[in-house]
Amino acid sequence: MSIVEVEEVSKIYHQGKMTFKALDDVSLAVDKGEFIALAGPSGSGKTTLLNLVGGLDLPDSGKVVLDGNDYSKMGDGQRADLRLERLGFVFQSYNLIPVLTAAENVEYILRLQNVEKAERIERVQSILDEVGLQEKHNSRPDELSGGQQQRVAVARAIVSNPAVVLADEPTANLDSKTGEKLLEMMRVMNEKRQVTFIFATHDKMVMDFARRIVSLHDGKVAGDQKKDE
Amino acid sequence: MDLVIAWRNLWRNPRRTLIILTAMVIGITSMVVLSALSRGMIDGMVDNAINNLVGHIRIQDPEYRVDPSIIRRITHPQQLLADITPLLPPGADIARRIKVDGMLGTSREHVGVIIVGIIPENETGISFIGRPVHQGRMINPDESGDLIIGQALLERIGARVGRKVVLVSQNQEWENVSRSFRIRGTYRTELAQTEKVYVFVLLPVLQEMLGVGEGVTEITVHLEQGKSGKDDGLAELVSALNTKIRDSGYIAENWRQMLPAISAYLEMYNGYMLIWFIVVFIAMGFGIVNTMLMAVYERMREFGLQRAIGMRSSRIVRMVMVEILLLLLFGSLVANGFSLFLIKIVFGSGIDLSLFAEGTEMWGMSRVIVPALSLWDLYTANGVVLVLGLLVGLYPAVRAGRFTPVEAMRHL
Repeated sequence: MSIVEVEEVSKIYHQGKMTFKALDDVSLAVDKGEFIALAGPSGSGKTTLLNLVGGLDLPDSGKVVLDGNDYSKMGDGQRADLRLERLGFVFQSYNLIPVLTAAENVEYILRLQNVEKAERIERVQSILDEVGLQEKHNSRPDELSGGQQQRVAVARAIVSNPAVVLADEPTANLDSKTGEKLLEMMRVMNEKRQVTFIFATHDKMVMDFARRIVSLHDGKVAGDQKKDE
Repeated sequence: MDLVIAWRNLWRNPRRTLIILTAMVIGITSMVVLSALSRGMIDGMVDNAINNLVGHIRIQDPEYRVDPSIIRRITHPQQLLADITPLLPPGADIARRIKVDGMLGTSREHVGVIIVGIIPENETGISFIGRPVHQGRMINPDESGDLIIGQALLERIGARVGRKVVLVSQNQEWENVSRSFRIRGTYRTELAQTEKVYVFVLLPVLQEMLGVGEGVTEITVHLEQGKSGKDDGLAELVSALNTKIRDSGYIAENWRQMLPAISAYLEMYNGYMLIWFIVVFIAMGFGIVNTMLMAVYERMREFGLQRAIGMRSSRIVRMVMVEILLLLLFGSLVANGFSLFLIKIVFGSGIDLSLFAEGTEMWGMSRVIVPALSLWDLYTANGVVLVLGLLVGLYPAVRAGRFTPVEAMRHL
């Protein structure tokens, strides 16, 4: 059974009198443990699709189902709860909370999940070690490099053991070497933890790492290629 | 965690936080210090009134306030004193007096006065006449032909200490009775008008002059505490006294009943202060809303992120409210400390308004105003700031909660 099901989804944005069809009748199924890239040029609809899969936005038509939960039948609060329990997010501009240290940023999501303190400390320690930030637990985001901040963001996304991690242009602000290390780290996590990764990207390196590439063009699926095929 | 984040967020932009804190400190300090000064002014007014021969409790003929003549007297005060004394709290002082209308005459003019018969040693600590005299000296118990008048009256009639004057009044048969007295001394009070009205002679002398035996027109009780706002239990005490003396035909009244205008002013004062607090807060409230809105819009992306990772919008509202609460509590703490410093240290010995004495006298106020910090004012000022601060803070907090994750994440 697919962990993510997108069925005939359309999304239109309105700006003044202008309308813009970001997604047009898109369907997609993602299985558990996939490492998939949504590729396409700017304005192709990949971020919109990622937002819909993450329940951050709702489609104008069609439906999105995450792990058996149909967003269209859920309220705002229920979608927030589902995101908390089943999803992890990595954004292009890291989006860490600047007043919290690296460890506190990672721990924050566990606090929201009401995880016991001892377990929180253990999991935070372990995941930060796993992403290679042993020495940076108590550093604030402004004391970390871009690559280090993105690693914290990945640790935050993964620490709650989500079913799916959604990453929107995660390497866009990183140099190629740092970006490659980050992708390697995420692929290891994907294999080790069987977490599904969905990237929105136009970075060729991400596409090289992905085992499946779904190409979007003008809001439609233009191609769906699995590497092992 | 919410507290930690809120506290750190407050200091993300220290200059902005310090500006709003300064506004809060000025606002709350003005509320607390000005209310303490006003309260001190009112306490002074009440004390002046109570010391102006009113006392905290007065027992007299029920008709005396309407018709203050000698026929409305207490004929056997000793019996009444024996009845009431056991009911009075420790430290209470009692004075018996005769107060009648009369004329004071010199060779040149006559002026209307109120003649008061007193036992000088009983007046100490009870009324202004118990204080040291201004000129000359107090009447001795064996000086039956002497009197004390106000300094202002002395100047008005152009007399001086040692000169003789004639007092005229009416006895219980409505016949004019008169007697000459030598001015032995003068007194001063906070109010010049008082100095022009009251002349004091020995009680036995006035009793003899009016032919009323041991009769007096009033028995005044002065309680040890007795400031405005500290008269809890006064109404109950008066009620107990009235029950005790019910059969005598006399009545006990407290100072609030005898001075209804001041009492009404006091009642009104709390409401007036509340309005003042709210007016000050409105000015401050705009600053709080503006600051918090700026803080919220600056952190739109963060709120978007928090919504994205699964925080409910109600939790975002709570986070912002915690931040506002911390700001308010911290501001109140600093402001209260500063207020106490001003009230206790800077203005502790009072503010001398002698330059404006004429104006202050008109309102029965003291020349020196000592701030009186009232817990009601302190709690109300802080309560207004906290409650209204949280209320106005709801607006930016709800705005923060309403950002959709997508909209917020797009924000730069």
